[in-house]
Amino acid sequence: MIEINHVNKWYGPTFQALKDCTTKVAKGEVVVVCGPSGSGKSTLIKCVNALEPIQEGEIILDGIKVNDPKTDLPKLRARVGMVFQHFELFPHLKIIENLCLGQEKVLGRSHDEAMAKGAKLLDRVGLKDHANKYPAELSGGQQQRVAIARALAMDPIAMLFDEPTSALDPEMISEVLDVMVDLAREGMTMMVVTHEMGFARKVAHRVIFMDQGEIVEDAQKDDFFGKPRSDRAQKFLSKILSH
Amino acid sequence: MNYNWNWSIFFEPAPGGTGTYFHMLLTGLWLTIQTGIFAWIIALIFGSIVGVLRTLPSKTAYWIGFAWVEFFRNMPLLVQLFLWFFVLPELLPRSWGLWLKQMPNAPFYTAAIGIGLFMSARVAVQLGAGIASLPRGQKQAATALGLTTLQGYRYVLLPIAFRIIMPPLTSEFLNTIKNTAVAITIGLIELTGQARSMQEFSFQVFEAFTAATVMYLLINIIVVTGMRFLERSLAIPGYITGK
Repeated sequence: MIEINHVNKWYGPTFQALKDCTTKVAKGEVVVVCGPSGSGKSTLIKCVNALEPIQEGEIILDGIKVNDPKTDLPKLRARVGMVFQHFELFPHLKIIENLCLGQEKVLGRSHDEAMAKGAKLLDRVGLKDHANKYPAELSGGQQQRVAIARALAMDPIAMLFDEPTSALDPEMISEVLDVMVDLAREGMTMMVVTHEMGFARKVAHRVIFMDQGEIVEDAQKDDFFGKPRSDRAQKFLSKILSH
Repeated sequence: MNYNWNWSIFFEPAPGGTGTYFHMLLTGLWLTIQTGIFAWIIALIFGSIVGVLRTLPSKTAYWIGFAWVEFFRNMPLLVQLFLWFFVLPELLPRSWGLWLKQMPNAPFYTAAIGIGLFMSARVAVQLGAGIASLPRGQKQAATALGLTTLQGYRYVLLPIAFRIIMPPLTSEFLNTIKNTAVAITIGLIELTGQARSMQEFSFQVFEAFTAATVMYLLINIIVVTGMRFLERSLAIPGYITGK
C-alpha cells in the first residue's frame, strides 16, 4: 500500500531531515512511528502524501509514484486521509460543512450525498449533535474526532496520523484513541506518528523507531516491546515508559 | 476678520443654471461616491490577486507581487495620477494617445483606476499578511484533502484571511474615498472640486468647505457602520474575530 524506498530529504541546503529511509505499510496494516522530537517522524509521514517534497528516493502509494511530476497529486491525496496534531478544522465552516467540503469540491459528490455521509460519520465518532456548531465551540478531543471523520468522509484507502493526541489534554486523549482503535480493528491501513505506546501495544502490527532522520528500528510490535535491538530505541522506551 | 457669514447661500441659485449651490455640492458628492466605489472595487480585485501572489511558493509569483506593490505604494498618489493622465497618452502611439485624451469622462476613469491601483498595493500587503498569519496547517489540511491550490485559497485561506483583515480593510476603504479629493488636480469636479467652485463663485469659503466636510464625514460614517455590520455578520463563533 505505502512503499518508502531510500528516501532522502533536506530542509535548505544543509539540514538533512530524512536519511535513506526505507519501509512499507501493507494493506490493512497499522504501523506506529515513534522517536524523539526532531527525529523526522512527522516529516516522513508528510512525505507520504507529498505535503513535503523529497529530493531522493521514491514513495509509492497504491502503485502510484508520489514524487513523480506527472502524478495528479490532488487526486492522489484525496485517497489518503490525514489527521494533524492541531486538528486543522476550517474555523469558518460548521462541523458538517468541514466534512462536506472535500466530498463536494474534490470528489464531486452532491450536497445531499455529502451531508448524508457526513452525518453518518459524525454519528460514528459520537458527535452528531454538534453538526451545526463551529470548530472553536468544541473541545480539543471533539475537534480531533471531527478531523478523523472529515478524513474518513473521503473514503480513504489509508489514513495518516501526525501526532493526533499530543495537543490534547490528558482526559481527551482516550476518546480520540478509541476512535483510532476501532478504525484499526476494522482493517484500515494506518500510519501513526505517536508517543502513545498503549495504543501501539493494543493495535499496531509494527513499530518504527526513528532518530536523527534515520529509521533505526523497524520491528514487529512484540519484538519492539520485547527486545529493541538498538541502544537508542531502548533508551527512548525506558524514558517514555518509566512514568 | 471681516467675513460675511451667509448660511442661506446653499439655497441661492448657482451660476450655470443647474440649480442651487447645495445641488452643486450634491453633484460633487455623488461623483465622489462613484469614484470611490469604482476605485475600491479595482483595489479589492487587484489587491486580492496580488496579495495571493505574494503568498504562493512560486518565486515568479512572489516577484510579480513584490514589483506591483513597490511600484504602486512608493510613489505619491498625486504623481501617479499625473502620470496616468498627462504622461501616459504621450508615451502611447499617437492615435491611442489621442483616443485617451478625447475619451469622455477621462478624469473620472483616470481617477478611479489610478486611485484603485494605488490602493490595491495596500490591500495586497494586508491580505498577504492576513494569509501569512494563518497556521501553516490550514493550508496543509486543505491540500491533504485533495483541494487544489486555487480551491484551497478559494474555500479555506481567503475566507478566513479576509475576516481577519476586516478592520484595517475598513480604513483602506475610507482612505480610498478620501483620496478621490486628489482627482481635483486632473479636473474631476467631485465634492472638493464643487466646494472650490462654490467658493470662487460666491466667496463663501467657510460655508462651502464646512458643507463639504460634513458630507465627507457622513459618507465615511456610513461606510464605517456598514463595514462594522458586515464584520459582525461574518464573525466566526468562538474564533478570534468573533465577539
